[in-house]
Amino acid sequence: MAPIVSIRNLTKSYATGFQALKGVSLDIEEGEILALLGPNGAGKTTMISIVCGIVNPSGGTVTVGGYDVVKDFRKTREIIGLVPQELTLDAFETVYNTVAFSRGLHGCKPDPALIERILRELSLYDKKDTMLRHLSGGMRRRVLIAKALSYEPKVLFLDEPTAGVDVNLRKDMWQLVERLRAAGVTIILTTHYIEEAEEIADRIGVINHGEILLVEEKKALMSKLGRKQLTVELADPVETVPEALAQYKLSLGADGRSFVYDYEADGGRTGITSLLAALAAAGLRLKDVSTQQSSLEDIFVALVGEEK
Amino acid sequence: MNFEAIKSIYAFEMARTRRTLLQSVVSPVISTSLYFIVFGAAIGSRVQEVEGVPYGAFIAPGLIMLTLLNQCVSNGSFGIYFPKFMGTIYEILSAPVAMSEIVIAYVGAAATKGLLIGTIILITASFFVDISIAHPFMMILFFVLTAVTFSLFGFMIGIWAKDFEQLNLVPMLVIPPLVFLGGSFYSIDMLPPFWQTVSHFNPVLYLVSGFRWSFYEIADVNPAISLAMVLVFLAICLTVTAWIFRTGYKLKN
Repeated sequence: MAPIVSIRNLTKSYATGFQALKGVSLDIEEGEILALLGPNGAGKTTMISIVCGIVNPSGGTVTVGGYDVVKDFRKTREIIGLVPQELTLDAFETVYNTVAFSRGLHGCKPDPALIERILRELSLYDKKDTMLRHLSGGMRRRVLIAKALSYEPKVLFLDEPTAGVDVNLRKDMWQLVERLRAAGVTIILTTHYIEEAEEIADRIGVINHGEILLVEEKKALMSKLGRKQLTVELADPVETVPEALAQYKLSLGADGRSFVYDYEADGGRTGITSLLAALAAAGLRLKDVSTQQSSLEDIFVALVGEEK
Repeated sequence: MNFEAIKSIYAFEMARTRRTLLQSVVSPVISTSLYFIVFGAAIGSRVQEVEGVPYGAFIAPGLIMLTLLNQCVSNGSFGIYFPKFMGTIYEILSAPVAMSEIVIAYVGAAATKGLLIGTIILITASFFVDISIAHPFMMILFFVLTAVTFSLFGFMIGIWAKDFEQLNLVPMLVIPPLVFLGGSFYSIDMLPPFWQTVSHFNPVLYLVSGFRWSFYEIADVNPAISLAMVLVFLAICLTVTAWIFRTGYKLKN
C-alpha cells in the first residue's frame, strides 16, 4: 500500500541562511503511530508546518493521500488535523464556538451531535460555554485537540501534545491516541518525552539538525540498539570478583552482594548460560537474577550525542 | 469554493463586532454628532452655504466617508492582524481554504461593518441637517466600492504590520490628513490655486467628491473620474493582495 504521507528531499532555508531542514525524506504508513524525537530546534515543527501548509518549503515535495500539499492543498488539508505546540487560542471565544469554527473552516457542514461527542470525550462538555481565556493550560490543550478532531481528519499531527501537561491528562491523551488508532487515524507525534514514544508509537524517527538520523520499528530499534544487563544477587557478600569469572568482565555491586553483567541484546551468544554455570562452579549461592534493557531514552541520548 | 469556511470566518468576524458594540458603533455616532455640532452648528452658522447647499448638509457625505475609511481600514487590518498576533492564524493557513476565500471573508466582514456604521452615521446626520440623495444608485455604488477597497487596503496593512504601532500608523496618521485635506469640510474651489493642484494628488478627494455628487450633484471633480479613480485604487489593492498570497509574504515564511 502506498504511504499516506510521503516526504521527499524536503528542504527549508530562511533568509538568514539558517537551514531548518536539509533534505528530509520520510514515508508514513496509513494507520500507524509515528513518534518523531529530536531536541529543540531539530526541525520537527518546521517539517509538520510544511506538510500542513503553514510554511512554504524551499525544495522537495510532500504528498498526503497521494495529493501534493502545494498543488492540491484542498484535498490534503481536508484530511490533515493539526494540534500545534503552542496554546494558541482566541481569548474571547467560547469552547463550543471555537470547535465549531474549526469544522466550518474545513468546509464541513455544522454537526452539533459530533461536536458534543468530541467535547464529552475530552471532558470539555461542561465547559462548552466558557470563554477560552478562563481555561487552564491543560483544558486549552484539550480544546486544541477537539478543534483538530472536529472535522474527522485521517492524518493527525500532534506537535508536543503532552508538553506541560499533568500526568492524568497525559494518560488520557495516550488513551485518546489509542482510540483514534483503532478508528484508523494515522498519527504523527513529536515529543521530548521518550517514555511517551516508547509507550504509544509503532515506529520511531529521530531528527536532529534538520536531518532524519533514523526511522525504525520501535521493537527493532530497541533490540538493535538496546544493551542488556544481567544482575545477579548473591546470598552471601563477596569482597572481589573471583578469578574464575574474570572473562565475563563483571562489575561488583557496592555492598558486595551483586554482580552486573553487560551483554548485547541481539547477540547470538549472550554468554548467560556459561556465566551461570561458572557462578555455580565457583560455589556462589544466588539469591535472585534480573535483567534490564536500556530505554529508548538511553538510545536517543547515545544517538544525538554521537552526532555531536 | 469552500463556502462553509467563508461563512465561518465572516460569522466569526461579525461576532467580534457584536462583542465590541460600544466602541464599534456608539463611538463613531458620538464623534459624528460632535462634528455636526462644531462644524455644522457653530461654523455652519457663519459659512451658511457652499455651492448652494447648506454647510451642515454639505459636510455630511465627507463625514460619512471619514468614518467609512477609518472603520474599513482599522477593521480590515485588525481582523487579520489579530490571529497573526495570537498565533491562531495557523488554523486558517492549514485549512483547505484558498487565499481568495480568506480575503473574501475578512474583507467582506470589514466592509459590512464599515457600511453598517456608515449607514448609522447617515441616519444620525439626517437628525441634524436635511439630506437629499439625488442619485441613490451611484451613492450606493460609491459607498460599497469605497468600503471594499479600503477594507482590502486595511487587510494589506494587517499582513504587513509587525506590531500594534505599525497597525495603527495608517488609520491614525495617514487617513485623517487625507480626509481632512480631501475636501470633506470644504469645496477645493475655496483653496488657493497651488493647494487646489496639490489636492488632486489626494485619492480621498475623488471619493468625497464623487460621493457628495451622488447626494447634491455638486462635485470638485467629474464624477466619472471619481468612479474611475476608485476602481483604479481597488485594482491596485487587488493586485498587491494577489501578490502577497502568491508569495506567502510575511505569512508563510
